[in-house]
Amino acid sequence: MKFRIHRFNPETDAKPYMQDVELDIEPSKMVRDALIRIKAKDETLAFRHSCGEGVCGSDAINVNGTNALGCLTRLSSLQEPIEIRPVPGMPIIRDLIVDMEQFYHHYRAVKPYLIRHDPEPEVEYRQTPQQRDKLDGLYECILCGCCSTSCPSFWWNPDKFRGPAALLQAWRFLADSRDQATDERLRELDGPYRLFRCHTIMNCVTVCPKGLNPTKAINEIKKLMLKEMI
Amino acid sequence: MKIPKRKFDVLVIGAGGGGLRGSLQLAQAEASVAVVSKVFPTRSHTVAAQGGMNAALANVLPDNWHWHMYDTVKGSDYLGDQDAIEYMCRAASKIVIEMEHFGVPFSRLENGKIYQRPFGGQSQNFGGDQAARTCAAADRTGHAILHSLYQQNIRAKTHFFDEFFAIDLIKDDEGFILGAVVLEIETGEPMLIEAKTTLLATGGAGQLFRTNTNAHINTGDGLAMALRAGVPLQDMEFFQFHPTGIAGKGMLISEAARGEGGYLVNKDGERFMERYAPHAKDLASRDVVSRSISIEVLEGRGCGPSGDYVHLKLDHLKREVLDKKLPAICESIRTFLGVEPATDLIPVYPTAHYTMGGIPTNRHGQVVVPVSTGEEPIPGLYAVGECACVSVHGANRLGGNSLLDIVVFGRAAGNDIVNFLQENRYHRPMSEESVESALGRLARWDQKGKGEPVDTIRRELQAVMEKYCGVFRNEDILSEGLGKVLEIEQRMSQVRLQDHSRIFNTARIEAMELENLIDIAVATVTSALARKESRGAHSRTDYPDRDDQNWLKHTLYYKDTRRLDYKPVKLKPITVESFPPKERVY
Repeated sequence: MKFRIHRFNPETDAKPYMQDVELDIEPSKMVRDALIRIKAKDETLAFRHSCGEGVCGSDAINVNGTNALGCLTRLSSLQEPIEIRPVPGMPIIRDLIVDMEQFYHHYRAVKPYLIRHDPEPEVEYRQTPQQRDKLDGLYECILCGCCSTSCPSFWWNPDKFRGPAALLQAWRFLADSRDQATDERLRELDGPYRLFRCHTIMNCVTVCPKGLNPTKAINEIKKLMLKEMI
Repeated sequence: MKIPKRKFDVLVIGAGGGGLRGSLQLAQAEASVAVVSKVFPTRSHTVAAQGGMNAALANVLPDNWHWHMYDTVKGSDYLGDQDAIEYMCRAASKIVIEMEHFGVPFSRLENGKIYQRPFGGQSQNFGGDQAARTCAAADRTGHAILHSLYQQNIRAKTHFFDEFFAIDLIKDDEGFILGAVVLEIETGEPMLIEAKTTLLATGGAGQLFRTNTNAHINTGDGLAMALRAGVPLQDMEFFQFHPTGIAGKGMLISEAARGEGGYLVNKDGERFMERYAPHAKDLASRDVVSRSISIEVLEGRGCGPSGDYVHLKLDHLKREVLDKKLPAICESIRTFLGVEPATDLIPVYPTAHYTMGGIPTNRHGQVVVPVSTGEEPIPGLYAVGECACVSVHGANRLGGNSLLDIVVFGRAAGNDIVNFLQENRYHRPMSEESVESALGRLARWDQKGKGEPVDTIRRELQAVMEKYCGVFRNEDILSEGLGKVLEIEQRMSQVRLQDHSRIFNTARIEAMELENLIDIAVATVTSALARKESRGAHSRTDYPDRDDQNWLKHTLYYKDTRRLDYKPVKLKPITVESFPPKERVY
């Protein structure tokens, strides 16, 4: 199969270039398998990967123009030559590896942890199955960054807009019946940028490898904000 | 060579559940903590744990910690240390509730309590009816726990060194561990992290085997660092093969699939576990089920064109169970096999999964070595989780006990380190010699010229381990395997990197990971060859029985001269009566 792979080693390359690679590989394999085999022949190729089953979120890349996890993208689903690039909009460190710090910063900034003001009981906080159902589609996020790095609003304002991944987590805690920091969380997201730069382009929904819906979560936050205002 | 230096009270190496639970305890106690991880914390392999975490909450069926203890001792084939097992099982309920308070999105029962499911090797009333002890967040419990722990560490302002690779521990002449030399992967520059205590939480070494359920990063770095620091490894012959990896591929299908009512069938459609374990059937402990599958295949009752796997049957389960309780494995089955679990059978085969052995510790997480009168801690060194051997898992770990292990002992080690810090208030003088030696390990990979590539050697090692150190073993196979592993070790000195760049050089990391794997492979095969009995996951066809007379003891392997030593199993619990070894039937 034919591949075109984004290469850039800042120590030796003045600028990035696309490398053509031919590889004998069964089309039933995943993009990650192909990258591993290419690396076995040319160890200078650098990319992140780990679990190989879509739960660690290490191997977000851009394949034929779409963000995806290498380990979940089947070669046979792709048109040749298969173009593999780093996810867009982030500083490139080397080859397919980008600097994710900005992305992590926004995640940490939404206080992605349960906040309680009441004294802790000695037993579990009770939560009905229906209340717990509200967390489905939210807690499963693997922080791969496919969504935020496909979001034009995040590209324009990477320092101010929290981005779909962080906002999905903001809603994950707002939606949790155990959390007691609704006001604080909403206040934190108010203003023209952090939340409201979302223009419902919905790239995030299209690319999420876990089938999650950050746009819906963002709308839920907006609705809750409105409700709290009234 | 002058390298940058940072100083902390505690250095934690590894950011899975064990490391993060330890660092959280320490950060909350206002110690300065650095967590070094070769991947961003939520990419650690705890994230892939599926089925759940055991605790006798009795939310679904009657239960108590003592029954859990009995099951764990029996599951370990009596090689587990009963003081540590009592400690873990007693702590379990409190620890799970604490995790829930940290925000873990456990699945729920109608009454609002944490959902629990049956898992392998669980019983009520010391070997009676099946228990339901495994607390679950659907089949993404590891993900839920790891993310919650990382989130709590954000809150506690733990200091993270993400994408830093630990090269070696620093040890002074008096045997104190003083921190580690680490490599910043992005810049390729080494750095010294000085610490009054170091906690190893680097996980297991599933990458020893070609087909495994583990991540690419599971190369047992902490185990090998300990070996090179003169610490022995304990019980390395006990490696768990999970009964249900996707055949030929290795992706894990959680025991939860059987806990929720799935079962295994051979090519005749026979539910064969009824023959091997009439009482517990498909929920016998993992070593038993893996051996049974292997026997079915060896005796010609395997499925598929080559008869080399069996089927896991889920198609009789209610759609709601699949969607609500097993969503992630269903997704995984669809993605990697292209079949539909609601209608199709799933090809599975025992797959390398979990390192029962590891760095010997006591129940406080202190790394301990034998001295003439028992054991002594190595000052300044702790280990928890899969890289450690407490030993709560003995010769076979029960499903749902590893997530428990990491949080229980991560927390316990954190607490003990707080005490250690009170008695050891100041950093000790640095051992420049030890730093140089660690840097030498890095410099070795600057050697240029022709040589075998890392990838070739790694693949050979994995193939050798799979063939010569798998589910069934005997003297001939293991001797031959040891020869092959030692030959690979020899060849390693001729391996050269072609990529000598600095910035994010993953080839160099993989080279050092391979060195680690080779050290562990030698430890594993050497220990397995010496143990002339069958116990838990270590199954010798030439010694098919357990031999408590001669082998009710822990193996210790030392890297220098590949020496073996043994130490007694702690059969005495903390407060209750001992569970003496007896025949193990499920």
